[in-house]
Amino acid sequence: MSIRDGSFIEALRSTENSRIGLYALLLAGIAFYLFPVETAVMTMFKTESAFARTLPFAPPGADGFTLEALSTAWNTLRPGLLNSLLMAVPATIMSALLGSLTAYGLTTISWRGQVGVVVLIIAGIFIPYQAVLVPLAQFWFQVLPGLLNGFVNTVFGFITGGNWQYPSRNGYVQLLQLSITHAAYGIPICTLLFRSYYQSISDEMIEAARLDGASAFSIYRNIILPLSLPMFAVTLIYQFTQVYNDLLFALVLVNEPASQVATQRLAALTGGVVQSFNTTMAGAIVAALPTLLVYIMFGEQFAKGVAGE
Amino acid sequence: MREILSRLLATGGRLRSAVSRDESDGDQLATDGGATVKTTRGDSLRNSLPVEWELIESAPFWLPPVLFAGFFVYGAIAWNFLLSLTDYSGLGGAQYETFDFSMYTRLLNDGTFWQAAQNTVVLLVVFTVLCLALGLFVAILIDQQIRFENTFRTIYLLPMSLSFVVTATMWAWVYNARNGVLNQLLRVFNLEGAVVGLLRPAGVNAEVIQWLSWNTTALAAVIFALIWQFSGYAMVVFLAGLRAIPTEHYEAARVDGASAVRLYARVIIPQLRASAVSASVVLMVFALKAFDFIYALRGSQPGANMDILATMMYRVAFDSLQWAYGSAVAIVLFALALLVIGPYLYSEYRRGEL
Repeated sequence: MSIRDGSFIEALRSTENSRIGLYALLLAGIAFYLFPVETAVMTMFKTESAFARTLPFAPPGADGFTLEALSTAWNTLRPGLLNSLLMAVPATIMSALLGSLTAYGLTTISWRGQVGVVVLIIAGIFIPYQAVLVPLAQFWFQVLPGLLNGFVNTVFGFITGGNWQYPSRNGYVQLLQLSITHAAYGIPICTLLFRSYYQSISDEMIEAARLDGASAFSIYRNIILPLSLPMFAVTLIYQFTQVYNDLLFALVLVNEPASQVATQRLAALTGGVVQSFNTTMAGAIVAALPTLLVYIMFGEQFAKGVAGE
Repeated sequence: MREILSRLLATGGRLRSAVSRDESDGDQLATDGGATVKTTRGDSLRNSLPVEWELIESAPFWLPPVLFAGFFVYGAIAWNFLLSLTDYSGLGGAQYETFDFSMYTRLLNDGTFWQAAQNTVVLLVVFTVLCLALGLFVAILIDQQIRFENTFRTIYLLPMSLSFVVTATMWAWVYNARNGVLNQLLRVFNLEGAVVGLLRPAGVNAEVIQWLSWNTTALAAVIFALIWQFSGYAMVVFLAGLRAIPTEHYEAARVDGASAVRLYARVIIPQLRASAVSASVVLMVFALKAFDFIYALRGSQPGANMDILATMMYRVAFDSLQWAYGSAVAIVLFALALLVIGPYLYSEYRRGEL
């Protein structure tokens, strides 16, 4: 609700016709933004013959209704959903925590030249991830296993007999690698979100704590962290959505079928040769459920995270 | 401590405006307190340090995360550039023996690359401009003191919370030639034949519109779906911009007797420049990242009409295992992103907004 309630707006409001036109446009907007989702929901309850016969946005008739597509999609995607959560939740928490610490060190404590570090961090938000894909695959699949094999077999050679192998093909290891990768690339945006928040916190309290001899850590622990809780909500929600929704990193870093994430499984379902749209639509809705739930419950925080960019 | 004051005055303009009144007193106090701190703390050890004490004090907080992220972001980009200078391809580890720019000269002679680059730029420009226009229009509608404002805003922003893979799956169905919504609607209004005649590429024999494979419509179809997904973002940014414009500007125009259209065209929209710039930077970067959407729609071989640099890079590197060549494509993509964000960050820096 904006503050302006001047006579101009009153005049606009008084012209009934323009108000009706305004709401008609707003409702048309709802139709525009929701129709792909609506057709998906309708189609996922239709039988194969029904979705070919009926209009996509019409609800299924009694003879064309089925839950089969939904159950197929659910069974295909369920392991992926679990893997996605297993990977996205730790990555999100890690990014938010590290972003908060970074923002504290770069905002509340002020030193010359920190703007250079800030520029590098902000630029890190915008890089196209294609520019790091090949090195990423090299690092996780070639360099790191090589280094760890050498290290473990040298130091613990008396146990391993020099035969230890880094478990590159283990599904959980791949999920962990994906999670760490997401945590790293999430730090820049989380730092930016926390930084603009910390810039609005008054210095008064912090200076007083300093005069009392509080250390930088205890200021963070006792003043900044409690004050940041609303911002943690924004950052966690926004970042969780980003990580959960990603496909590219998962494609490159997870190749064990058992540990594929939800977006990978949905892409495989969609990209199949034979497309039965009731199953793919059910898959889309199932894969979207976690982020949809988060969005419906915390839409306000999501909007704040979005605007923080 | 003068730095703190100048930083406080110069930075954080956006959030600051919300809390401005009582904060300015706070600044004053903080400055005085700061000066006291400086004198009491000014012992010889800290003064003799080669760097500022604040730098050392704050390093444990920001340095480890920055090194962690810096390795993955800038370390990887540097590594990627190095790889693009090699001839690395196939299975097995990379060989760092000879370095030259042969991959880049190969790019210049590759028709696929030019096609993908052209599509990327078209996508970038058309998507960004239309997204901004629609977002601005919707933001102005929302700003008319409507009822259920939050509900409208939440619904308009909803597509942005969905994964590219989810939206691509939905749009594949919307665009489906036989039973998709779009063609069905055209059929209902008896327009299908006319649109087929209008859009059918030369040499193609088809009765229904193949939105995703015709070279006349494929890229436009992708752009339209992306606008659907991201115009809500532009709306949010513009709405924040609109709310920051003082009421008096509306009043003054009203006194002058300006019409609503003139009011927005002459007075309001010119003041949204900052919102437009920051929204367009983010949107352009989204456009450069549209890989997930196109991959979910058409796989890694979307065809010449829809191929962008991001999909080409993935295909060359991870399907054909031409790692060095893929890295070179990635560097071009990175350079494009730098062209977008470099000037933006520089101007933000000059204005003291960082």
